Amino acid sequence: MTEESLVWEVFIQSKNGLAHKHVGNLHATDKEMALQNARDLYTRRNEGSCIWVVKSKDIVSSESEDVEAFFDPSNDKMYRHPTFYKMPDGAKHI
Amino acid sequence: MNSLLKYVLRISDTSLITGQRISEWCSKGPTLEEDIALSNIALDLFGQANGFLEYASKIDKNKTADDLAFKRNEREFFNFKLAEQPNGHFGNTIVKLFMLSAYNSIFYNELSKSNDETIAALSAKSLKEVKYHLKYSKSWMIRLGDGTNESNFKVQESLNSLWQFTGEFFESDEVENEMNSNGIGIINASMKERWNIIINNTLQDSKLIRPIDGYMQTGSKKGIHTEHLGHLLSEMQYLQRAYPDAKW
Amino acid sequence: MNETKFQLKIDEEKKIEPKDWMPDAYRKHLIRQISQHAHSEIIGMQPEGNWISRAPSLRAKMILLAKVQDEAGHGLYLYSACETLGVSRQELIQQLHEGKAKYSSIFNYPTLSWADMGAIGWLVDGAAIVNQVSLQRTSYGPYSRGMIKICKEESFHQRQGYEIMAELAKGTPEQKEMAQDALNRFWWPSIMMFGPNDGDSPRSGNAMKWKIKRQTNDELRQNFIDKTVQQAEVIGLTIPDPDLKWNEERGHYDFGEMNWDEFWSVVNGNGPCNKQRLDHHIKAHKDGKWVRDAAKAYSEKHLN
Repeated sequence: MTEESLVWEVFIQSKNGLAHKHVGNLHATDKEMALQNARDLYTRRNEGSCIWVVKSKDIVSSESEDVEAFFDPSNDKMYRHPTFYKMPDGAKHI
Repeated sequence: MNSLLKYVLRISDTSLITGQRISEWCSKGPTLEEDIALSNIALDLFGQANGFLEYASKIDKNKTADDLAFKRNEREFFNFKLAEQPNGHFGNTIVKLFMLSAYNSIFYNELSKSNDETIAALSAKSLKEVKYHLKYSKSWMIRLGDGTNESNFKVQESLNSLWQFTGEFFESDEVENEMNSNGIGIINASMKERWNIIINNTLQDSKLIRPIDGYMQTGSKKGIHTEHLGHLLSEMQYLQRAYPDAKW
Repeated sequence: MNETKFQLKIDEEKKIEPKDWMPDAYRKHLIRQISQHAHSEIIGMQPEGNWISRAPSLRAKMILLAKVQDEAGHGLYLYSACETLGVSRQELIQQLHEGKAKYSSIFNYPTLSWADMGAIGWLVDGAAIVNQVSLQRTSYGPYSRGMIKICKEESFHQRQGYEIMAELAKGTPEQKEMAQDALNRFWWPSIMMFGPNDGDSPRSGNAMKWKIKRQTNDELRQNFIDKTVQQAEVIGLTIPDPDLKWNEERGHYDFGEMNWDEFWSVVNGNGPCNKQRLDHHIKAHKDGKWVRDAAKAYSEKHLN
């Protein structure tokens, strides 16, 4: 078992209805240990209602060199944002 | 001594002394993660002890929870002898914790139905924590029992050594009988079968052999302990005894 | 070209993330700084852990245990952040054991009385807070986020310590003496936590340029002293520095010269507890090997 496969990333859902947020990582040799350690390490102050743990090596990330090609095209399509549009004064609920 | 007080002290003392032992692992854990896990367990146990000691203090009317923790002597403590046994290696601590948590998971479950409201409430709260301690220690029993030859050997050895302390879990006396007849407490012997099921299932998954019942330690219900408790209390109670006029 | 883009990012207060290009020297500097910070948290568990079994009340025991547990957690966050730079926790621990990595010298002093718990919480955590608040704005993303999390948890630590000192200072004469004695022993080592004077600090230049460090040693040290003097006055304890004096012109406290011989001596391994701290850590690690091996073996058998 390599050192790398020991590392797990931890995601916590702080309250029902919210999205899980990445909070850090920890070392564990099996998924049960990972969950229990995550609970002890990241929820001591009541920060969580649900925990996800994922082996770091299973995470696929976009590369930062691609950042321009990957993300910029969504940057100039302002028509996707509601604030782009001019509404007539007085119109409600829109 | 009032039976209710004695009954409550038995519970608080086991939590307090077990907590004291587990907290000795701080900065000595096999990994950082386990260090944190064990500290959490110790904190739960101290919290439980505090809850029951506060109640004991109300019953006693003269002493505070801290007085009860820091000023009673060895013969006035009523924790199980198992609780005061030294930690030894990690596996030894896990065996202790596992056997005790298995007991408490059944005990607190029963006591959460107590006629005594305070005991019921404290037990319900403690039960949640103990369920986690049981899960934790069970996982480690299995990892160590079914890990390497060395780990299996070490844990089997611990199990064999500590088995003599499990008899006390199922002893009864007049205090207990009284509590039971008032619907406040339960008869410990009634939990034996359930405890055995938990133990046997886990031992099987851990590839460990259940020790044969031999000599069983006894006496803690009457304040008879092993030699370990005296040293533990000397350390724990040192400041309060060295500075009797001080407030902390 | 990369170097220019990188410095531009830094100058624009953008965060550098694990997969971004970074100069090798930046990476190396961060590994050294973050890992030493992590080691400090872990070694720091020992002097305080020394008093858990003897804490004088149930409340004090629980609070101290929770605090030390937090330190373990902080060490873990920092090892995690460091691992994003391409080094394993195993390697970092080895560096610590071989004496190749350092940790904060303050932890090479022994904790001799309960009052030391107060002094450490108040002064050592106090100094750490001053440093860490500044580091929240550090340029490396994982380090910055780790620091933000740590800072949130740290303020209870300082309050815990200060409360202990305050209670002792208004207790019996013996308790007051205990508190003053702890302050006497921990004051100068706490000041030394901020490191050498700016002029004598070799790596400060790059650290400031790359915004790893946001304020200088001397700035941080002055900040800490200014805050703490008043706190000591409020509880009736005396800071053991005869040269400590408010300077109206500067708007800061003037203070005495640190014993730099002692500082360098302890940093270089010759302090009262250096050997003890390291031996303790090595022993715990060795004693736990069979456990770690068992967990790995179990996991491999069951292909989890």
